[in-house]
Amino acid sequence: MSTTVIDTRDGEVQFHLAEEPHHSEGSSTMLGFWLYLMSDCLIFAILFATYGVVGANYAAGPSPKDLFDLELVAINTAMLLFSSITYGFAMLEMARNRKSATLLWLGITGLFGLAFLGIELYEFAHLIHEGATPQRSAFLSAFFTLVGTHGLHVTFGTIWLVTLMVQVSKHGLIPANRRRLFCLSMFWHFLDVIWIGVFTFVYLLGMLR
Amino acid sequence: MAITNPVPVSPIFGRLTLDAFPIHEPVILGAFVGTALIGAVVLFALFKYRLWGYLWTEWFTSVDHKKIGIMYMVLGLIMFLRGFADAIMMRVQQAIAFNGSEGYLNAHHYDQVFTAHGVIMIFFVAMPFVTGLMNYVVPLQIGARDVSFPFLNNFSFWMTTAGAVIIMISLFVGEFAQTGWLAFPPLSGLGASPYVGVDYYIWGLQVAGVGTTLSGINLIATIVKMRAPGMSLMKMPVFTWTSLCTNVLIVASFPVLTAVLVLLSLDRYVGTNFFTNDFGGNPMMYVNLIWIWGHPEVYILILPLFGVFSEVTSTFSNKRLFGYTSMVYATVVITILSYLVWLHHFFTMGSGASVNSFFGITTMIISIPTGAKIFNWLFTMYRGRIRFELPMMWTVAFMLTFVVGGMTGVLLAVPPADFVLHNSLFLVAHFHNVIIGGVLFGLFAAINYWWPKAFGFKLDVFWGKVSFWCWVVGFWAAFMPLYILGLMGVTRRMRVFDDPSIQIWFQIAALGAFLIACGIGAMLVQFAVSIWRREQLRDHTGDPWNGRTLEWATSSPPPAYNFAFTPVIHDNDAWSDMKKRGYQRPLEGYRSIHMPSSTGTGVILSGLSVALAFALIWYIWWLAALSFLGIIAVAIAHSFNYHRDFHIPAEEVVATENARTELLAAGVRA
Amino acid sequence: MKSLRFFLLGLLLLPLAGCNWVVMAPAGDVAAQQRDLILISTGLMLIVIIPVMVLTVLFAWRYRQANTDAPYDPDWDHSTQLELVIWAVPLLIIIALGAFTWMGTHLLDPYRPLGRVSATKPVEQNVKPLDVNVVALDWKWLFIMPEYGVASVNELAAPVDRPIRFRITSTSVMNAFYVPTLAGMIYAMPGMETKLHGVVNHTGTYDGFSSHYSGAGFSKMRFKFHGLDQAGFDAWVAKAKASTVSLDRPTYLELERQSEGNPVQLYASVDPKLFDAIVNMCATPGKMCMNEMMAIDEKGGLGMAGIHNTLPLVYDKYARRGAGSGSVFGPEPRYVAGICSEAEALAMSRDSEDAPVRDRFTPIQGLGLSRPGAQPVNSSTRSSALSTPFSTL
Repeated sequence: MSTTVIDTRDGEVQFHLAEEPHHSEGSSTMLGFWLYLMSDCLIFAILFATYGVVGANYAAGPSPKDLFDLELVAINTAMLLFSSITYGFAMLEMARNRKSATLLWLGITGLFGLAFLGIELYEFAHLIHEGATPQRSAFLSAFFTLVGTHGLHVTFGTIWLVTLMVQVSKHGLIPANRRRLFCLSMFWHFLDVIWIGVFTFVYLLGMLR
Repeated sequence: MAITNPVPVSPIFGRLTLDAFPIHEPVILGAFVGTALIGAVVLFALFKYRLWGYLWTEWFTSVDHKKIGIMYMVLGLIMFLRGFADAIMMRVQQAIAFNGSEGYLNAHHYDQVFTAHGVIMIFFVAMPFVTGLMNYVVPLQIGARDVSFPFLNNFSFWMTTAGAVIIMISLFVGEFAQTGWLAFPPLSGLGASPYVGVDYYIWGLQVAGVGTTLSGINLIATIVKMRAPGMSLMKMPVFTWTSLCTNVLIVASFPVLTAVLVLLSLDRYVGTNFFTNDFGGNPMMYVNLIWIWGHPEVYILILPLFGVFSEVTSTFSNKRLFGYTSMVYATVVITILSYLVWLHHFFTMGSGASVNSFFGITTMIISIPTGAKIFNWLFTMYRGRIRFELPMMWTVAFMLTFVVGGMTGVLLAVPPADFVLHNSLFLVAHFHNVIIGGVLFGLFAAINYWWPKAFGFKLDVFWGKVSFWCWVVGFWAAFMPLYILGLMGVTRRMRVFDDPSIQIWFQIAALGAFLIACGIGAMLVQFAVSIWRREQLRDHTGDPWNGRTLEWATSSPPPAYNFAFTPVIHDNDAWSDMKKRGYQRPLEGYRSIHMPSSTGTGVILSGLSVALAFALIWYIWWLAALSFLGIIAVAIAHSFNYHRDFHIPAEEVVATENARTELLAAGVRA
Repeated sequence: MKSLRFFLLGLLLLPLAGCNWVVMAPAGDVAAQQRDLILISTGLMLIVIIPVMVLTVLFAWRYRQANTDAPYDPDWDHSTQLELVIWAVPLLIIIALGAFTWMGTHLLDPYRPLGRVSATKPVEQNVKPLDVNVVALDWKWLFIMPEYGVASVNELAAPVDRPIRFRITSTSVMNAFYVPTLAGMIYAMPGMETKLHGVVNHTGTYDGFSSHYSGAGFSKMRFKFHGLDQAGFDAWVAKAKASTVSLDRPTYLELERQSEGNPVQLYASVDPKLFDAIVNMCATPGKMCMNEMMAIDEKGGLGMAGIHNTLPLVYDKYARRGAGSGSVFGPEPRYVAGICSEAEALAMSRDSEDAPVRDRFTPIQGLGLSRPGAQPVNSSTRSSALSTPFSTL
């Protein structure tokens, strides 16, 4: 809203707008949500940094090579990446104003998200069963916290997704819902980007180290 | 009542037992009785005069940035009294605990007092004051109707309040942390601090931190998106600029605090090994991480007040601000540099000489833009016509006080000097010198400056001056001895002393603290007297100081919609420019105005957060689960409400504006 | 510069004759140089601080509203020359101060062996520094002098004009070791070793204490530091040797428990491996030493086999000793069990301590200023330089 409006008709300087300025509804929302994502990104940055500092402190216990199952993680990564693509399809359908197709793709996205969470929980359960608990070493503490925080985000994203599906089916693709879908879209893709970081720095580099 | 043995956890009450209530500690009991009595009187008055409904509909659920701003200030003031009580207790303890005397506070109590003092003063006094100020003033200065996300604003306020409530509960149920205000592990780990103190600390800050971060996001979006037409970035008032930088700092640093406290709580609750001594944990990481938040925090507090001083100096010198551009750049440079200096808080950890000198020199570099700012204010006064109203008096006191604090700050940035002064009372004197001399003096200038805008009448000058002199003299008396004690090698956070020759300095410091107490008392009297005599102090113009920025263009107090018409800006010092060019206030053509509606969701969410935090602190798992589910449910339910705004009808705007027209005319006749 | 220094010193000392401003009038050369740096920095900053304060008062008075004689220029808000000056003056001062900081920080780096014992007296080639190993306990100080095989609690003595080399650690929480008259403070941290070099030039009894808050007994965590002449020091050592108590492992483990206001205690002899065991957090028998653990981790850990190599902790240093309850959602507190003998483990932890003394009077040059023995610059990392490959598992 900072467009310069200097009205000089009759040499008079205009000091106020006669009409109400039309803020498009929620014009700040995208910026605000993006700022939130950046602050969230910082939380992940700290968790990554923590993993970087203590990630090699195994306390004479197991190291990534002993623990990680890259095939499983690759499947997991695929789930999340597919969910991002299907979310993209949902947004395309939203742009075409097709409510039920949007809902369908959102549903598929949610299922991929749940699959991701399921595999992650399986991985965690397996590790803990083996004795590689978060308490065993600083490396495992940092690993569980970083990956778990990401998983929590996906969980909340899924809850949000379901909420939005209900809202879209109730009220249709009204502007408010479109805005919310956009925000969730940013959130979902953001989690994807974070996961790529996790996959690279934690899993792949962990196997190489 | 230091609990050293683990308490059994019951399924219903967690580890909350009757022992948690400090009925056998007379000092705390006294505080409790006092607080309870005041609370009872307030509650009684609220019921008697049936104010609950009014408070609920007009204030608690309000999304009006002005009301939220005022509520923040009230919160800050209440917590200030608590934090200051802690300060007095410390000063008295240190003044008498000599020659084998243990003073009147045992270690368990004293250690809580200084921890609580630090935590409260930073998180629940300075932060609410600063946030409240920005909330109130920024939308008015940029010609906006409200902030970008009005509901979020209300929610942020209530989360901050929830954090304060959690800290206050710790006074009467259980204990507070005995770790110092940053709770370094391993001392704050489960091994050394097994009871609830550190948990109160963690959850109080986490809950308040949510509010602070969201309010930061909100104000950035507001400043970026909601400026009135014509107000380019370089035409923004300096206070708005400093607020923008502060909120950038908030958004870019509070997540770090959140993350590091999460890690600490995982260590305490789950037994992970981030900051433990064993299993590969690394306590030094905590110290680094918390100061990566902690140093920008210092600038979060001071930057907005730099803005206040700029506004006040220029207004009361009747002159444009000298060096607006360099002021803005100085602010931005400080913002960026504040992330490159955190290690100066622990030179003594033994990082190598090159690391230490890097951080020492970056710290010194910050003093260059800060120095430029001081010079800018100085040359704003040069060739001005200075009116020594209260805000200007505080500003001059600030300039004389703050430079000393700045100087000792740069001194502490020289690592070899820091090696002998670190953690000493010299350090304590230094940061009180900048926080009281900078942040608090700035807040007092701001309160005296904007009070007439918020309430429509000026503050009483006599009591303001009494408060001013008590504060300034009290400050110097309280903290100069600490500088001297620091040069004698006296460490901070000591409870008892064995060298009787230094007692006199502590006694002088205690005297200074009592003078400050008089200053606070005089300030409360000033508020009371001003409210009592408000009709004599009334200002009908909306512009009592011959102000220069937009907030003075509207009435005092401003209507809910701030401006009947969205202003158009042509110059910085927009209102000054409008006055100079003979601006005529429009008398017709009013329209209905679109505004956000009030909502109680923020209050409910914050109440549930207090319950959640309390449950987590005391291991009451059923309550934690219930309140967590409650938070999710309320948040989802809130998102199903699509009708969050209404229109103020044109007739109401006409009525409000006509009333103002009459008042202005009456003012001109008189 | 020297005359300026003495002038400032005199100015500051004038009003406090008779007072004990130990930071301003220390008895040790390192602390004295740190004091000098304080004075130089203060002097440099006063160049700008005093004019600002004077101008503030002057402008406030001269341009007050009542004084209508003073010029009034409401639109004057910019002057390029003036702005240049107000940015340049602080910049120049900071450049000067930055140079002092860089040099001073490197010269007075606590890890740097001393090159002189006073302004006029370099360290002689044949003088070996006095080694003192410092342990911060809850809440008292333990000093071990390996050269003499004696130890003391809450009392420290050193001969004048002989450099002292401290190795500092802690057992449970962070502390800071500080003898203001001697040299600046440095943190004492569990599982880590920090270093400090200092010297005392005048005999006398001085205060030492923890200057980092460490819990309930912090206030009484104080000791006396005796600067003695050689004869006096020899007598002190003899007194310690005459003590009936010796500091073996069980005595230490008893001492390690929390206590405050401990009286001075001298020990006639010390378990020679004790300090290294404390630094590596394995004074308790059976616990894996940090350096051993780090060597194993360096090799990639012990794999799945090592997962269960932990034992429950029956006693720890904290108040919860013996209670055995961990975090609510975690298991009982445990520790990693050692897998090789303590002698093997500690053999790895010896630093190359005896680096040659660098002549401090040679000009400073270059980035980072190469330091004796080319030890890593970042020095508060975990204690040991791991040299032995750990292949004998």
